[in-house]
Amino acid sequence: MDHLPTLVAEARDAIHAADDMAALDELRVRYLGKKGEITALLKGLGKLPAEERPAAGERINQAKQALAEELDERRQTLEKAALEARLAAERLDVTLPGRGQPSGGLHPVTRTLERIEGLFTRIGYDVAVGPEIEDDYHNFEALNIPAHHPARGMADTFYFDATRLLRTHTSPVQVRTMKEAEPPIRIVCPGRVYRSDSDLTHTPMFHQVEGLLVDEDVSFADLKGTIEDFLHAFFERDDLSVRFRPSYFPFTEPSAEVDIQCVMCNGDGCRVCSHSGWLEVMGCGMVHPEVFRHSGIDTERYQGFAFGMGAERLAMLRYGVNDLRLFFDNDLRFLKQFA
Amino acid sequence: MKFSEQWLREWVSPALATQALADQITMAGLEVDAIEPVASVFEGVVVAEVVAKAPHPDADKLSVCQVDDGSGEPVPVVCGAPNVAEGQRVPFARVGGVLPGDFKIKKARLRGVESRGMICSASELGLAEETSEGILVLPAGAPVGEDFRAFLGLDDHTIEVDLTPNRGDCLSVKGMAREVGVLNRLAVEGPSIAPVTPAHDETFPLRVDDAEGCPRYLGRLIKGVDVTAETPLWMVERLRRSGIRAIDPVVDVTNYVMLELGQPLHAFDRANLQGAVVVRQARQGERLVLLDGQEITLSGGTLVIADERGPLAIAGIMGGEHSGVNAGTRDIFLESAHFSPLAVAGQARAYGLHTDASHRFERGVDPTLAREAAERATALLLAITGGEAGPLVEVVDTDRLPGEREVLLRRARLDQALGKELPVGDVGEILERLGMAVAAGEEGWRVRVPSWRFDVAIEEDLIEEVARIHGYNRLPVRRPQARLGLRPDHEARTPLARLRRQLVARGYFEAVTYSFVAPELQAALLPEAVSPTLANPISSDLSVMRASLFPGLVRALQHNLNRQQTRVRLFETGLVFRGELEALSQVPMLGALVCGAREPEGWSGGKDSVDFFDLKGDLESLLAMGGEPEAWRFEPGEHAALHPGQCARLLYRGEEAGWIGTLHPAVRAQLGLKVDALLFEVRLDALTHGKVPAFRPLSRYPEVRRDLAFLVDADQPVQALLDTLRAQAGEWLVEARLFDVYQGKGVPEGRKSVALGLTWQHPSRTLNDEEINQLVDAIVEESRLHLGAELRA
Repeated sequence: MDHLPTLVAEARDAIHAADDMAALDELRVRYLGKKGEITALLKGLGKLPAEERPAAGERINQAKQALAEELDERRQTLEKAALEARLAAERLDVTLPGRGQPSGGLHPVTRTLERIEGLFTRIGYDVAVGPEIEDDYHNFEALNIPAHHPARGMADTFYFDATRLLRTHTSPVQVRTMKEAEPPIRIVCPGRVYRSDSDLTHTPMFHQVEGLLVDEDVSFADLKGTIEDFLHAFFERDDLSVRFRPSYFPFTEPSAEVDIQCVMCNGDGCRVCSHSGWLEVMGCGMVHPEVFRHSGIDTERYQGFAFGMGAERLAMLRYGVNDLRLFFDNDLRFLKQFA
Repeated sequence: MKFSEQWLREWVSPALATQALADQITMAGLEVDAIEPVASVFEGVVVAEVVAKAPHPDADKLSVCQVDDGSGEPVPVVCGAPNVAEGQRVPFARVGGVLPGDFKIKKARLRGVESRGMICSASELGLAEETSEGILVLPAGAPVGEDFRAFLGLDDHTIEVDLTPNRGDCLSVKGMAREVGVLNRLAVEGPSIAPVTPAHDETFPLRVDDAEGCPRYLGRLIKGVDVTAETPLWMVERLRRSGIRAIDPVVDVTNYVMLELGQPLHAFDRANLQGAVVVRQARQGERLVLLDGQEITLSGGTLVIADERGPLAIAGIMGGEHSGVNAGTRDIFLESAHFSPLAVAGQARAYGLHTDASHRFERGVDPTLAREAAERATALLLAITGGEAGPLVEVVDTDRLPGEREVLLRRARLDQALGKELPVGDVGEILERLGMAVAAGEEGWRVRVPSWRFDVAIEEDLIEEVARIHGYNRLPVRRPQARLGLRPDHEARTPLARLRRQLVARGYFEAVTYSFVAPELQAALLPEAVSPTLANPISSDLSVMRASLFPGLVRALQHNLNRQQTRVRLFETGLVFRGELEALSQVPMLGALVCGAREPEGWSGGKDSVDFFDLKGDLESLLAMGGEPEAWRFEPGEHAALHPGQCARLLYRGEEAGWIGTLHPAVRAQLGLKVDALLFEVRLDALTHGKVPAFRPLSRYPEVRRDLAFLVDADQPVQALLDTLRAQAGEWLVEARLFDVYQGKGVPEGRKSVALGLTWQHPSRTLNDEEINQLVDAIVEESRLHLGAELRA
């Protein structure tokens, strides 16, 4: 009994010195196990006089309790250390790049076309497409550009023979749609178009999006509203100045070219806008009655407007691309910039 | 169309600065392309008189002149020009003056003689493109001492307007002035043109056989002209400022009147006309040497001016060399005619020609202008070249002249079209300013169109004119109204946008390549392909329509490999063109190409090159998007561009829908590619086709799995084994998974081991071993019988 304090002190030292779970278990057995030294003391209580037993019992139990706590505490400390050691060992350099196939990207023209299509389909336009090898009728005649019309010189055409050609605009899709559908018609026609022109600012192939709306009581004011809204949405700038300049297309009347305030210099004048402060971005107009007649639409009942723009031009302005030809080189260093 | 601002302002001069005037014209639909000063910057140049000229004592080619520049004392100047002469008025650069190119005039000694200033040539003043032969000689009346810029009115601009094809009426100073007058509400006044009184009564026989093409023809003999006379400086300058070089007085005057009034004119040398001048259709095969020296063969349907011997000129396009005016010409026959747009349209282009005259006639020249222009040209010519004019002979068929058009503009229609009610008075006033005769009525305005406006024929033309003059930007803005009707949406279709994104997610970049390719490249990849060839390609490299997406993708690969981009993953969508024009298919396709490492160079593997199964996996991920991958099959195939042992034909519901494979090593070598590339292309219509998911209840009963390993011939496609197995496995087979293919140790030479995991599950009961064993036995037996497959122990 007398050596209890010594025993406890000894046990404490041993517990603190234990540096793994096995050693700790051994100490538990040694002191608190069935045959443990503290247990033995409890068992020896019976040898004490009856009046001393309660006090001695309490002291031994306290010691037991204290050692149990010490053991527990030490166990937790060791467990925590073990976990920490494991975590430390398992540490990864999380700044290493991830594994696998990195994603690619859409071509900036597709990106642009999809945005434009999205803006219009969300308000109820459909997307319409058509053939790229067209005939003279759909590309010219039906659009009020008869043979020998001076306007044929406006677009240098690639021909296969006397009547078949690569479409010079996506307008033939409008014609084909109007022949098949009944008003109201609301479509946008994206696609490849071809003109035999190749220099710094022209490629023999490029992309257009044209739009067409045919309904009752459609006016030039509706056209203006649509174009303004579109340009504000496309460039995400509600304060962008838009102006309509009278122009001429055989398939629309009145016709207009649309200029926006230069998005590069905000209209102050720069190389991109030839120091005019304005950029020509699209053409538009009210559908010419001759076009309606070719498509079998009643010109007294219905009116319509049409507009057209070059996707590459808009992409260049939107993303600051300075060379048109880059769009068709398919250089990965270029394509990756639009991923 | 280029014109001089000063010249325009002689007709009409609004109180607007140059830029403001240009902006106004632009916003009226006549787009100003450029405004250029008519002369370079120079200063200190005055009009001077050469009062004396003496040879230079020490230089044969130089002379020493005394020049009166108005400052009082004669100035000594050494001059090298051969044409300098006493009494001439000349442009003289004083000491301290600066010529174009920042060339400062200083006192100098030339071969020992003092020279204080310089007598200038036109090119030295930037007034002529080519180097002038001598000094510029000014008219005798030029005021000595006057600043030369002021004297020639050089503080002027050339305004270049890019006219749309409908505005042929503006292809003259008169036409531009008319438009500027309308915009500024100003009266327009040109030079007064009076008929020239004939000095003789000789005429040249004249006949018009094609009054449809030429409803009006005026001709006049002018005798005794001196073509060697000098065109006056003011005219040379105006021509220059309009982008036209002076040639000789006859050509200059005809050009001048064309620029001024818009009427193209032509002058023939009377000496080379035989019999009569006849306006007729060319006979097929007739030949004509044009003014520019080229000989053409005429086709029937071309309107010509001819004499007894044959064609002299293509009407309204270009004159012939033989009948043209030259320095020796004494008598000329002046033509001023109205050729109808339809007679000229397309003709110039058919002969590869485009002239100032054809440009105007194609667009329509005011049919009332011919007489006025002839008189104007005659008067100018007589003043320069001298000579005597004969009577002006006119052959006219008034029935065939463009008729006066009357167009009704309905009030309601105008308001509807513009979305605004313009005041009645404003509309009438706009139309009248445009030269229209307007009668306002109940319904609207009855409008008579002026003779020069070929583009105004229908109500919409008038609506446009009213809108244009009123100002597009002053018209209201509105948003279209529409009924919110839902439209059908086909869920079974996979949108192209989703297919694109799937490939993007798998590491592909989208390419856009030209739809026309080099024939050699196409032939190398697709020797049997037939596709349309362009009649007028931009270059032979871009001359044949692609029959496949492969050529473009391979070109893009080459471009990237040449720029150190060694890992390439590209796809493209677009039409390919198959067959002759008569039986052409324009087929939307999706194609892809991969090359280089499986993954970008990194720290964690992926350095192996991509192989067939990488690409096939990507393709299969697309095929699965329609929700019916079982509709697709791959079978060994042969494609000229692809490695015969690494090439599959892709079938959709049993029909060919595409190809996949490794670029054929021989083709690769031919194209100079040093690395392997793998490609596929698939018909988009098949790819976008799919089905709407149909739910099957989930079974609550356990799955049964059996793994089977077969030995089959090494060249036996696994697909056959899978087909056999599926045919025998009964309807409760839910999955057949291929988990190992092995050749090598333990497998006999020429055979391969194929291991499959088969899973069955019944929707409403537990399957028992016996029935599964029966199915397995049937599979094994059938595989043995048909494929020589043996089950591995």
